[in-house]
Amino acid sequence: MSVFNPASGEVNYERVKKMTVSFFSHCFLISVSATCLFPLWWAFASSLKTQQTVFNDLSLFPKVPQWENYLFAWTKANFSLYFLNSLIYTVTVVIGVIVIASMAAYAFSRLEFPGKNALFLILISTMMIPIPGSFIALYVLLNKLHLVDTRLGYILPQINGGLALGIFLLKTFFDDLPKELEDSARIDGCGRFRVYWHIALPLARPALAVLAIFNILAVWNEYLLAMLVLSRKELMPLQRGLMVFQGAHITQYPLLMAGIVITILPVLVVYLLLQKHIIKGITAGAVKG
Amino acid sequence: MNLQKARNVLGNYVFVIPAALLFFTFSLYPFFKVFQLSITNWDGISPNMNYIGLANFKDLFFDNPTFWLSMKNAFYVTFLALAIQNLLALFLALICDRDIRGGNVYRVIFYLPPVLSGIVVGLIWNWIYDGNYGLLNHFLSFIGLGDLSRAWLSDSKTALICVAIIHMWKGFGWGFVILLAGLQSIPRDLYEAARVDGANSWVVFKNITAPLMIPVFVLVSILTILGTMQIFDIIIATTGGGPGYHTEVPITRIVSTMIGSSKFGYACAMGVTFGLILLAISMVQIRVSKAMRQV
Amino acid sequence: MPIFIAAFALAGCGSKNVADPNTVTVWHWMSDRDEAFLELARRFEAETQIKVRFELYAPSEAYAQRVKASAQTNTLPDVYGVLGEKRDFASFINSGYVADLTQALNAADAAGSVWKDGVFEKALSVNEFLPENEYSVKPGIYGVPIDVTTIQMVYNKSNYAKAGLDPEKPPVTWDEFVAHTRVLKEKGIPRMVSGFGEIWMIEALATNFAMNAMGEEKVFDTFRGKVPYTDPDWVRVLGLFKQMADEGMLVEGTVTMVNKTAEQTFANERATYAFNGSWGINVYKGMNPELKYGAMLPPSLVTSRPMKIWGGAGSSFVVNAKSPNAENAMKFLRWLTGPEAQAYLSKETVNLPSSKTALKDVPPVLAEFADDMQNATHPNVYPVHESPVVTEAFNKGIQSILIGEKTPEQIAQEVQRIKEKESKKK
Repeated sequence: MSVFNPASGEVNYERVKKMTVSFFSHCFLISVSATCLFPLWWAFASSLKTQQTVFNDLSLFPKVPQWENYLFAWTKANFSLYFLNSLIYTVTVVIGVIVIASMAAYAFSRLEFPGKNALFLILISTMMIPIPGSFIALYVLLNKLHLVDTRLGYILPQINGGLALGIFLLKTFFDDLPKELEDSARIDGCGRFRVYWHIALPLARPALAVLAIFNILAVWNEYLLAMLVLSRKELMPLQRGLMVFQGAHITQYPLLMAGIVITILPVLVVYLLLQKHIIKGITAGAVKG
Repeated sequence: MNLQKARNVLGNYVFVIPAALLFFTFSLYPFFKVFQLSITNWDGISPNMNYIGLANFKDLFFDNPTFWLSMKNAFYVTFLALAIQNLLALFLALICDRDIRGGNVYRVIFYLPPVLSGIVVGLIWNWIYDGNYGLLNHFLSFIGLGDLSRAWLSDSKTALICVAIIHMWKGFGWGFVILLAGLQSIPRDLYEAARVDGANSWVVFKNITAPLMIPVFVLVSILTILGTMQIFDIIIATTGGGPGYHTEVPITRIVSTMIGSSKFGYACAMGVTFGLILLAISMVQIRVSKAMRQV
Repeated sequence: MPIFIAAFALAGCGSKNVADPNTVTVWHWMSDRDEAFLELARRFEAETQIKVRFELYAPSEAYAQRVKASAQTNTLPDVYGVLGEKRDFASFINSGYVADLTQALNAADAAGSVWKDGVFEKALSVNEFLPENEYSVKPGIYGVPIDVTTIQMVYNKSNYAKAGLDPEKPPVTWDEFVAHTRVLKEKGIPRMVSGFGEIWMIEALATNFAMNAMGEEKVFDTFRGKVPYTDPDWVRVLGLFKQMADEGMLVEGTVTMVNKTAEQTFANERATYAFNGSWGINVYKGMNPELKYGAMLPPSLVTSRPMKIWGGAGSSFVVNAKSPNAENAMKFLRWLTGPEAQAYLSKETVNLPSSKTALKDVPPVLAEFADDMQNATHPNVYPVHESPVVTEAFNKGIQSILIGEKTPEQIAQEVQRIKEKESKKK
């Protein structure tokens, strides 16, 4: 279907409008994308340069790419050890946040119990009160609980960190779910937990995916808590590896960039997989079905 | 209350107990500790702590103009973020909500700025804004506006807004992800029904999308306000709070009080005050949104 | 659900590590030196059978947090560093977290040499508290330096040659400096850069100028409140920065630049002068080994008085007073500040050693810095300190002068006002 119909001499304005809008939309998308891609590309290109040329050589891709930087970065930063740790931490924290926050959010949304509103308010208000300076109190607490330099001591505060946002986000989504499905399940005799697990949770898949994405990134990039709580190298996460390239005075830029690219890739891959869950029609299909 | 009802309520509590447990341990306790420290003159080191009542707060409210200046700076950046960053995120989410070619690819790309490490963000933007060899100045000369060239991060007029731009660039990806998830949860048949009735895009947005998205909008605004008011890493990587106090923000003030002048107790008082202000703002927003939903 | 439990089980395991009681544990923040430290630990163990375990926590902000948190729970290691200013150091000592090393330093070893004698006095004095110090700390030396740094200026010899100036004759007086910068400006060569975004660097340069312009005692009297900041000498010092701005001496963006960026700028020959520390040598070497440069003192206003620069201990270690291993810890520190370890460390990390004997082996550019050590002073050795609120106002005020927002007179008045307010609070 073309824009211009030679036979009748008509210009299909609807079509023109659609194409113009589409054209400008794409231009806009592409220019925004360019600004997002540029830093990653620069980091990648820099990782293939040398310490002497990294700030002089402005080429988009070095003539003599130093691919061995990636090997150096991997071994020097001891990534094989730290990668596994970061994986363990990320999986446990994300699962922990999703399960605990969704249960609580479901309760705040659909169940009744005394003190519900007050508790909800207190919970999300902590999200709003940053407390720089709480690191000492946290350390003293972990010390009392004998959790210093343990995996659990590193994981639990992070699960807690993701709860406020998780509960807020999920309650927002649960509130908007149509009640009919749950009501019919209840009538069929399903208990609270089954309604939550089998009906509400699957419908909130986009929100869960968002929550997973946020927490994966937070845990993956975490290092302040690790520096505070962990001592043994065997427990350290990825970011500890990157620290090796950032001296108090000397920063080994190419190796650091290589390390950064290595640490970013898994996050992007996981994000690509997860964002497929942020798709339309789940609710619609469920209601119809 | 009979046994059955009691058991029912208890069962409901079970849903929130794990969250409450973690929360009381790792959030509430440190929070009270900080509250406690804010009424002392502790330096962060000594085993001795003297309670000085509200002296810290008094000094903060009446004698600390730099703190309130930093609040003003943070409000300015937050306002920009709410207006521009979220509008951009919404716009992009709306475009990607439809089936456009390469939608999935765009989603990943827009999420790149939040994923990038602060170091890379700092290096790149320092380069962009550099006064001599910066990309922005190059670009301006290229399009004939070379007179506008300057050291963007050192100029008292532009430093704050340039930092705000970095923040918005880094932040729109979050809003985009949440808004997109919200948009995709809207049942498509609502749109189809509207189209059948002959409504155009703006009417559809106004009458269907926007009302359904209000809770998500509120969520995104609250998150934007909280995240932007607490801006810190970007400032440290680019201007350090300068020139003068032009890019100082509450967190940089708190950190420099805690470390630079070893006034831990006072810094806690600053933190508590800051937090309560943020809390008040968020509460107002939630109230307003509840009212809007009833309309 | 089963996956969740499994992951948690995995997370829970990893039994607590009981530290070997005979190992000396050292916490440090110097990522660039981690490998060198590990090698030194190996050598020490080979010599003495005493195990030393280095643990790295970086960046330095995270390190400082960890040390402070550990102090509260009595879990500090045998050896660590107190990052911060003298008053923090004093607080650590008064709280009982730092051992008094005076006796150990004055002790002679089997060969008869006294520990203290082998270490540069200026580097040690940064860790020393004199009688009647303002913090009520029992007089003594509480830490030992493992390197020495100075903060002064470097200049690009190639740029000098290009501009027709004598590369071996850097400016000594302020007027010469201004004259040289005008020559460079004419040739379109960028002049000076520094990490002024990190305001302590402004403080360093400003106090250098101040001590030269009015003498140390008057500066201390200002801290004591006896001399106002509106005194003409102070206004003159602030005026130097105005002159820097008026002459366009500073590379664009210097006012808010982080030091690492300033180092890159100098290394890539995009500036002729840099106000930086001696650690910069290592940075420049990595970025541009061909760079031809030399060291110089900041230009002096008054030639009859010396130009004092900041210098002394770069990084220092202290011994935990409550450590069960204190004796071994001190043995290790003695070895670490000895000629052998210092020569190695100095070579590996291109830094000035704190051991006098090791100094003879340093490369020529470093040697230039070492020569200027005689002019060094350091805030930690001042008899009196200025309140951090006043210092911040002073430093930020200079930033305002540099961008032309305020005049030296205005800043002098503002700082004096804040000074008077702070004094009333005490």
